[in-house]
Formats: sequence, structure tokens, C-alpha cells
Amino acid sequence: MIYADNAATTKMSETAVKTMVSVINDDYGNPSSLYGFGQRAKEVLESARDDIAGIIGADPREIIFTSGGSEADNQAILSAAQLGKKNGKMHIVSSAFEHHAVLHTLDKLKKEGFDITLVDVHENGLVIPTEIEKAIRKDTCLVTIMFANNEIGTIQPIREIGRICRDKKVLFHTDAVQAIGHIPVNVNDDNIDLLSASAHKFHGPKGVGFLYAKKGIKLSSLIAGGAQERGLRAGTENVPGIAAMAAALKEAAPRINETAAYLAKKRDRLIAGLKEIPHCAVNGDEKNRLPSNVNFCFEGIEGESLLLLLDDKGIQASSGSACTSGSLDPSHVLLAIGRVHDVAHGSLRLSIGEDISDEDVEYIISSVKEVVTYLRSFSPIWRDLEAGLKEHIL
Amino acid sequence: MALYSEKVMDHFRNPRNVGVIEDADGIGEVGNAKCGDIMKMYLKIDDDVITDVKFETFGCGSAIASSSMATELIKGQPVSEAMKLTNKAVAEALDGLPDYKMHCSVLAEEAIQSALEDYEKRKADK
Repeated sequence: MIYADNAATTKMSETAVKTMVSVINDDYGNPSSLYGFGQRAKEVLESARDDIAGIIGADPREIIFTSGGSEADNQAILSAAQLGKKNGKMHIVSSAFEHHAVLHTLDKLKKEGFDITLVDVHENGLVIPTEIEKAIRKDTCLVTIMFANNEIGTIQPIREIGRICRDKKVLFHTDAVQAIGHIPVNVNDDNIDLLSASAHKFHGPKGVGFLYAKKGIKLSSLIAGGAQERGLRAGTENVPGIAAMAAALKEAAPRINETAAYLAKKRDRLIAGLKEIPHCAVNGDEKNRLPSNVNFCFEGIEGESLLLLLDDKGIQASSGSACTSGSLDPSHVLLAIGRVHDVAHGSLRLSIGEDISDEDVEYIISSVKEVVTYLRSFSPIWRDLEAGLKEHIL
Repeated sequence: MALYSEKVMDHFRNPRNVGVIEDADGIGEVGNAKCGDIMKMYLKIDDDVITDVKFETFGCGSAIASSSMATELIKGQPVSEAMKLTNKAVAEALDGLPDYKMHCSVLAEEAIQSALEDYEKRKADK
């Protein structure tokens, strides 16, 4: 099996599993309990906070543990909106290809009277900082732009966007779910006020993540209850998950550049190999993209059937086709970069992990070539395209 | 649990009656690329009996499997019987489809109907 869907989720690292099991077995106390055994769990919790804060350049008090990226996105955006509303600022700038955790939260705010501007992400899947600058108004309370796109992997000019927001005194949130643990992120250097992360995207466990909120930003709590997380997130902390998340990040951090360089080589070979398939296109900028991400559209075929046949060949990947989502529309990300429906249905995302070998890469290339050719052999669209009855889009 | 039944996967992996009939007596094409599904059916009909049927499909696994199953169900049938083919029959023959994939069986029914209408029209024009 070649697991090439690491953007969906990753395998937990051995260290993370060991850490988790050890906390479950030995430190199962409640961090809120006053006796020593509870306080030991509290120490585990706080040491995880210290580790994570250290890696992203934050102060431990700026880290709030959440159930994952979606919760962190919700809390960051709703908090910033609430702060904005108090000051009569009800405008938010974002982009059209954000994660649904961001877009649907913005939809909610729109219904409450907020005005939302979505900046263009262009054909290459990159936001242009000056366009953010232009979109910011006197009543803008928040700019939220993802660090790296989850489907096409494009890495946004976060540092520059952050600088613009600082200059304009507007809060800047980034959904860094795909970036943390994979490319260097530093909240100070990158001028970030609010950041969301999710453990299972960097070889940690599912159901745990964190929100970084720069000192001085008053967060609102989404969950009413106890005083955990300084009253900002009620509920007994997921201590084993949090400890495992910190362990996974600690493991990834020292060799982040090395891993990224290794993966980028494999990625580039995959892109070069798959480009040999006629009438295809790479989705997203080829340089400014996550080292693990490969995303293509193939004309004349549909993504779900491609995925099923690749699965038969032992390759797990994903697609932005409508049929894989249960809705009628293909991926909003592909539509946002200007892919028309007809070709957006024929997309393939490979998100590779460190365990991939050169043989795996070649096997993926030959398998995708074979399956695309096969599906085209009985595709009525492909027949029309080849017969010249329709014009190729790609 | 798998997304699809064994039957669906079998017809998806080994689709029956794939291809084109050059001198077809009826051709039907339904769906559109925008929605991600297109089915094209070719019928060869002698004495109002479907002697051969081929299909081409652009679509997901269940669209391909539905096309394949629909061709199997009408092959060798008189036109009058094939007219009665319903999407439900296609889905049932596949041991069911997920709810949000039922439209694939509807498309298969429509593709067959469309090809039969084309046949009737050609016959009337003769």
C-alpha cells in the first residue's frame, strides 16, 4: 500500500503513539485535581504547551488546546469578529479557497451582518498581498488567509500579508493546518496574530489541535463550562492527545527542512512524470507549494473512478470531484483557481509522506498513466475531444 | 464497510458491453460534463429485439457500474420490455447504491430511454 493522502490525515509517529499510551496508562489524572497525581497530568499538559510554543516562536500562554483545526478556526474568527463588532468594525477579508471551517464560519458571520471580501487566488492559487492591502477598509476587523492550501498545496505569502495587517492594525489569522510540522512557521517572523493547527496532519493523533492567539487578543470561548485553558476552552483537557501532539511536533521540527527537501524531490519527479499524460494540468503554482503536494486535472475522466482504480492498485489518493464529496459541485478550490467544472471533476491530489521511495514514485506515475488511459478509452467526452467535435480545455 | 456493494465494484472493475456500435440503430446520450456524468448508449436492434448494446461513460464508479448493469438488463430483450427499465431495477440489480449515488441509476435509465427514442424516431422517419 502506498498511502498518498497525507493531507487528509497522517499516520501517527511511533514516538507520538508511545507518548500517548504512556500518558493514558501512567498519567491519567485530571489536570484540574489538586493532589499530586492530578498535578502530574497538569505538568504533562504544560510541558506540551511549552514545547509547542517554543517551536512556533510563541509564549506558552498564547497557546490554547482545541479539538482540532476546525475548532481553532471557529474560535479565532468568531473571537476577532466579536472584538470587531464592539468597535463597529464588521468587515473581514479572506480568500475564496479557504477551508470550509473558515468559509462556513464567515457565512455565519455574514448572516449576522458582517461584510466579507474574498480576494482572488488567481490561476496559480496564490493571494497577492497588495490585493489584501487594497481590500482592507477602515471597518476591517480581521484578515484570514490560510498558510498553505489543503488541496493544491500553494503556500501563501503569509509574512507579507501579516506585515500589511500589522501596518493597518488589523488582526491576522492563518489556518496553518497544512503547514505546521511540514514547513517552518514562526508567529513572530511571519507576523501572525492568530493561528490554527491540527495534530493529525503532522503525525499526531486525531481530535486535537491548538490555537495560537497573540498576547492581548481577547478570545471568546465557544464551549461554556469549567475554567480549563484559562477559561477559554471548557472541558477536561485531552492530555494524552495533547502530549502526543507535542511529541509529534517536537520530532518533526528539528528536521523540517531536511524532510521538506526530500519530499520536494519526490514531488517534482511525480509532477514531471504525470505531466507526460496528454491534456492534463498541474493545479497551483509549482514552486510555492507544499513539498508533499501534487495536484492535477486530467481531461475526459472523472476523479472518483480514478481513485477507485488507484485504490485497486494499492495507491490511496484523493480528488476534488463532486462524486467524492457527495455534492454536485466539484472542489471550491479548483473552481476558485479558474478550473471549469468539466475538468475540475477530473482532479487528483497526491499528498506524499516521508516513507515514499523512488520505486513508489515510479509506480504511482505508471499506475496513474494506465488508469487515465483506460478511463479515457470509454469516455464519451474524450471521444468527442479526440474526434475534434469539442475543443480541448487543457 | 465499503462505499459500494461487491456487485457495483465488479461492474465497475469489469464493465460489460463497453464500446461503440458503429452502425447502431439507436444512440442516446444523457448527462453533462459540468455535473460530472455523461452516458452514451448504442443499440443494435433486429425485429424490435435488442441484439447488441454498448456504452461509453464519463463518470464515477457507480455511473460506470450502472451503465454496465443497464446494458446487461436490456441485452436480448424486446424493445417493449427495455422501455420498462427503471432506475430502481438497475440499482437493485447492483445490490443497491448509496443514496447520493441513486442519480447514476437514473442516468442509466434515461440513457437507455433516449437510445430507444432515437431508434423509434429513426424507424418512423424511414
